[in-house]
Amino acid sequence: MYKYDQYDQQIVDARVEEFRDQVRRRLAGQITEDQFKPLRLMNGLYLQLHAYMLRVAIPYGTLDSRQMRMLATIARKYDRGYGHFTTRQNIQYNWIKLSDAPDILADLATVEMHAIQTSGNCIRNISSDQYAGAAADEVADPRIWAELLRQWSTFHPEFSYLPRKFKIAVIGAEEDRAAMRLHDIGIQLLERDGVLGGRIYVGGGMGRTPMIAPEIKDFVTADDLLSYVEACLRVYNRYGRRDNIYKARIKILIHELGADEYRRQVEEEFAHVKSLGLDPPKAEFDRITAFFAPPAFSTDAPETIDRRDPDFAVWVDQNTAAHKQPGYAIVTISLKPTGGIPGDATAEQIDLMADLAERYSFDELRVTHAQNIVLPHVRKADLYAIWQALDGAGLAPANLDLISDIIACPGLDYCSLANARSIPVAQKIATRFADQNRQRDLGELKLKISGCINACGHHHAGHIGILGVDKKGTENYQLLLGGSGAEDTSLAKITGPGFDEDGIVDAVETVTNVYLAKRAEGERFLDTYRRVGMEPFKEALYG
Amino acid sequence: MKLLTGNDLPTGDVLWWTGSSWSRHVEDAADVGDQGESIARAEEGARRVNGAYVIDATATPEGPRPAHIKDRVRALGPTVRPDLTLKPADPAAGSWVI
Repeated sequence: MYKYDQYDQQIVDARVEEFRDQVRRRLAGQITEDQFKPLRLMNGLYLQLHAYMLRVAIPYGTLDSRQMRMLATIARKYDRGYGHFTTRQNIQYNWIKLSDAPDILADLATVEMHAIQTSGNCIRNISSDQYAGAAADEVADPRIWAELLRQWSTFHPEFSYLPRKFKIAVIGAEEDRAAMRLHDIGIQLLERDGVLGGRIYVGGGMGRTPMIAPEIKDFVTADDLLSYVEACLRVYNRYGRRDNIYKARIKILIHELGADEYRRQVEEEFAHVKSLGLDPPKAEFDRITAFFAPPAFSTDAPETIDRRDPDFAVWVDQNTAAHKQPGYAIVTISLKPTGGIPGDATAEQIDLMADLAERYSFDELRVTHAQNIVLPHVRKADLYAIWQALDGAGLAPANLDLISDIIACPGLDYCSLANARSIPVAQKIATRFADQNRQRDLGELKLKISGCINACGHHHAGHIGILGVDKKGTENYQLLLGGSGAEDTSLAKITGPGFDEDGIVDAVETVTNVYLAKRAEGERFLDTYRRVGMEPFKEALYG
Repeated sequence: MKLLTGNDLPTGDVLWWTGSSWSRHVEDAADVGDQGESIARAEEGARRVNGAYVIDATATPEGPRPAHIKDRVRALGPTVRPDLTLKPADPAAGSWVI
């Protein structure tokens, strides 16, 4: 994985000291909160319901054991012993003191981490496929491009004050594991006639106005990719609305201009940008690429797995994926124990995952947008030892992509923007469906819960989505069906009137029963919904 | 009744105006009537509170109860982590929020 050079380290270190001085001046009363707020947000520090919240960037969700251990150290030293992995592949700490924030950032900088561009109207942390570099269906490693985009976007002077925040995802496979078309820009790497390039989608997003990004360019050669993205941003920066926060995202601009007109303007801008020599020289690109060379895989790792322990066998079937290297597997560690808080991990669990990565996965971990952790390169012969260690720490739920593998935002338990609590609903649903056989019989079923219309819990992309709203001062939950963040991207539709907290759990059970009654051979919940439509579900829910 | 709430500047802790100072416990909160905004400005100016704002509440025998669930969550702590609330020894404390 990428390692900082002296320039990377210098700018991060300098930023820490700059923020330390800003905090000092705020605490001394030399600057007001109105002056300070944008400065702290530029360093990932929010003021939430109970305390300051720090969001730490994990570039494209990739980190090593040293960095992971630092996340545990911060949880232990400055917070309350845990962290929350987010749908943006980052981590958040909920109980931070302003006076500690500079020291935390200094600690992060010692392991090449920071909280820059995790807030504000800038290009946010680039997201990517958690299986990058390991997936069997990959044409190119998207982390190389994500890293290039990270370097390009860091402190980019032209794009530090965009009309609104801006999210980019890069994938390198046909299977979309990053909800790529629900980003402001989604890039899918592909080969055409032996030439590597990218298909560019622009103007997707969730939030209050969900949209699937239209294809803006079917193929841009790798040599032109950065210039093309710059052109996309420039058109947005020039014409994106700044008068109305609810209409400021690029999806609104493209919707109003039309994809054809936006494309025309981007092409015009691209012709100019290309002349500026923005794309990296080959030596620099090769330097970045070298950091993502495949690890030294054993060429004779055995394929067989001893499956005599039945619980282990279920976990292998559910939580491991095919690796491009024979004898290896990709392991997903579920942070979704029955009745637990989706995405939360204690300092001890974080340390354990770091230890396992160091010992068994070439020192690499990934954070997924579904709030789980991946060990990307594991010998099949080591799976049982890993499972035993995880099981002893409450980290072995065998529920990847099942109904209890729920994405949930922090909701009203932590977030000042939320209208309703998300976590208790997730806990009740996971408990209702705790039976392993029942979950597996339901098969792949992606359930996603947001506590407000901002959709941090990706409810628009849930096979089953739940949106918490405020109904005359009480929590109410709308049910949505038919969303997908995968390569068959679709937006979920609301079934009808909402439910109270217990009612929404019953409603979820009702729609799963409709699915079980109507499914055809081999159909997932989403497939059945698409075939039979909304009506049978509405009939069962509302009569 | 009206309550004045905000956050402690260095720690971010939730605070409630008692009539003469700030408390971390909503039970100590006093009715600020129509004085909330002026108290907030003065206290923010003195850096004794950050982001102060006025909320509606109801007087109960147990003390003031904020009208909106968001402020009740603020007053107690996360309902999903009783151990991290202001009443970790009271497992039923979360029912006050809902």
